[in-house]
Amino acid sequence: MKITKNAVAGTLESSDAMVTVEPNAEGAGIEFNLDSVVINQFGNSIRRTVMDTLKRLDVQDVKISIVDKGALDCTLKARVEGALFRGAEQTENLPWGGAIR
Amino acid sequence: MLNKVGREIPEEILKQTGKEVFQGNYYKDNTEFKKQGPITKVVMNHDTSKMVSSIHEALVKCGAHDGMTLGFHHHFRDGDLVVNMVMQEVHNMGIKDVTICASSLGKAHDALVPMIEDGTITNIQSSGVRGKIGEAISQGKLKGLAIMRSHGGRIRAIQTGETVIDISFIGAPTCDDYGNCKGVGGKSDCGVLSYSFVDGNHANKVVAVTDCLVPFPNYPADINMTKVDYVCVVDQIGVPEKIATGAAKPTTDVRKLMMADYCTQVVVNTPYFKDGFAYQTGVGGASIASAASLGKIMKERGIKMGFAVGGMSKGMCDLLDEGLVGKLLDTQDFDTSAVESVKRPNHHRISAGAYANPFNKGAFVNKLDYVVLAALEVDVDFNCNVVVGSDGVITGAQGGHPDAAQGAKCTIVISPLVQGRIPAICSKVTTVTTPGESVDIVVTDYGVAVNPARQDLLDALKEAKCVPLRTIEELRDIAYSITGEPEPVQFGDRVVGIIEGRDGTVMDVVRQVKPFTFAED
Repeated sequence: MKITKNAVAGTLESSDAMVTVEPNAEGAGIEFNLDSVVINQFGNSIRRTVMDTLKRLDVQDVKISIVDKGALDCTLKARVEGALFRGAEQTENLPWGGAIR
Repeated sequence: MLNKVGREIPEEILKQTGKEVFQGNYYKDNTEFKKQGPITKVVMNHDTSKMVSSIHEALVKCGAHDGMTLGFHHHFRDGDLVVNMVMQEVHNMGIKDVTICASSLGKAHDALVPMIEDGTITNIQSSGVRGKIGEAISQGKLKGLAIMRSHGGRIRAIQTGETVIDISFIGAPTCDDYGNCKGVGGKSDCGVLSYSFVDGNHANKVVAVTDCLVPFPNYPADINMTKVDYVCVVDQIGVPEKIATGAAKPTTDVRKLMMADYCTQVVVNTPYFKDGFAYQTGVGGASIASAASLGKIMKERGIKMGFAVGGMSKGMCDLLDEGLVGKLLDTQDFDTSAVESVKRPNHHRISAGAYANPFNKGAFVNKLDYVVLAALEVDVDFNCNVVVGSDGVITGAQGGHPDAAQGAKCTIVISPLVQGRIPAICSKVTTVTTPGESVDIVVTDYGVAVNPARQDLLDALKEAKCVPLRTIEELRDIAYSITGEPEPVQFGDRVVGIIEGRDGTVMDVVRQVKPFTFAED
């Protein structure tokens, strides 16, 4: 999956996360930025979840920034997926039950 | 050295403070000590005036000096102006190395942070700290140690002479020219002055600070003229709407209402619920809702509460008005209804010592049947944390939590299982404030856990089939299944504060926080 434009998903409400994705040059890899109210307890877990989601959707090159207000794992995944599909300009034929699960 | 709640207390901290590690709730029971008395400058001449024109003059007359200890109370809560007013003058005078011994410090005192940074304030003793001071301490900006002690513990520390207060500044809503102080009748009423009684009795110098000077004698006085050296009139000692807020609206949060219902069911189905029972509760949404539903059941069954003690709010005052409580024994007023209610018969102002001091000949908390408390975290050993946030930063206060929890026959802690992504029931609390041996029942929105040490209470609740019972480990597992298992906070080595047990032993230490770094993978 190729990220072609800037996109956002999520909010800054408590228990949500705001995920911003930007295109990155081919071969530049993943730039990850996290600001979280629970970074001390869940920073590593959040990063793992985001990296797993990027891998599942086969995203190679992206700048991804997350402002997390204590979102649970399921919320976080959904917001990352939302931002990525918007960033890839794919709004139809989404792979429900496939890459999105 | 490992203490009774399994916390490693560094030897250098024990050496530095001369303290022992916590060795169980009753380690100091039946011990004896001689109380420390204040240096008293006598007033015999009828021409002597106690009036001073400014805080500056008060400080000078009291012999303010580097390294002194100052006492303050927190009855004005977030509306307090006295601490900042006095400390600004101390700062202006260039005095350094001051120890603040306050009953509590909060968001009203963010202005002290620069004074911590420049060495004006080097030690803090308080029930806890909220706001920017907590962050500053956790970042290691305080030169000395922060000592977090319970309301009862503060009285003990002062009476044993562990802490000697050089000058105490007592913000008084009304005061006369000879120092009789009252919590009501002025323009910044806080109701009671309970936390200051000990300052009156033990501080070497006592300054009453008021914004409402009244004719002599301001009687009956909370703090008596016989204990006051100077009286200082200032423009304003507090911001009324921040001292006593309007009564909290009854909660409509279904999660809190469910916990309130569980809590009420626990109370009415345990053996201490009978005519004349003694009760303390907090001011959280669930606690207030529980007091109201408890009142309904008391009416139905013809059961009255003998007394309620501690901080007061509208809910408890309503029960008094309805004739459902014999006496309110008040140490702090949270809303305007409670401040008003102070004037009624059977609403008594008591000292923090009578409330909770572990080192007197018996305090009210010892006579409690039930106390309902909140907590930031509870672990599977029933240890509670109410001072340090799950991120490791000091963010709360012990208050009377450890005092009431130890005293009561049945201690109930209410907490939602999960707050945001933070599991409130966990394997190991960040910092122990109240030891698990004091905590009997934990109420969450996912069920109720009983401390295995209290088989009697477990049997009573099982028989009543009134609440979903779970083990504390089950509650933790449910919490972790929702949030994931939290990693321990990354602390630095330096100890920035200690959590003191009621009896002066070390319950836990608080370390400097470290910026988060991702694990390598």
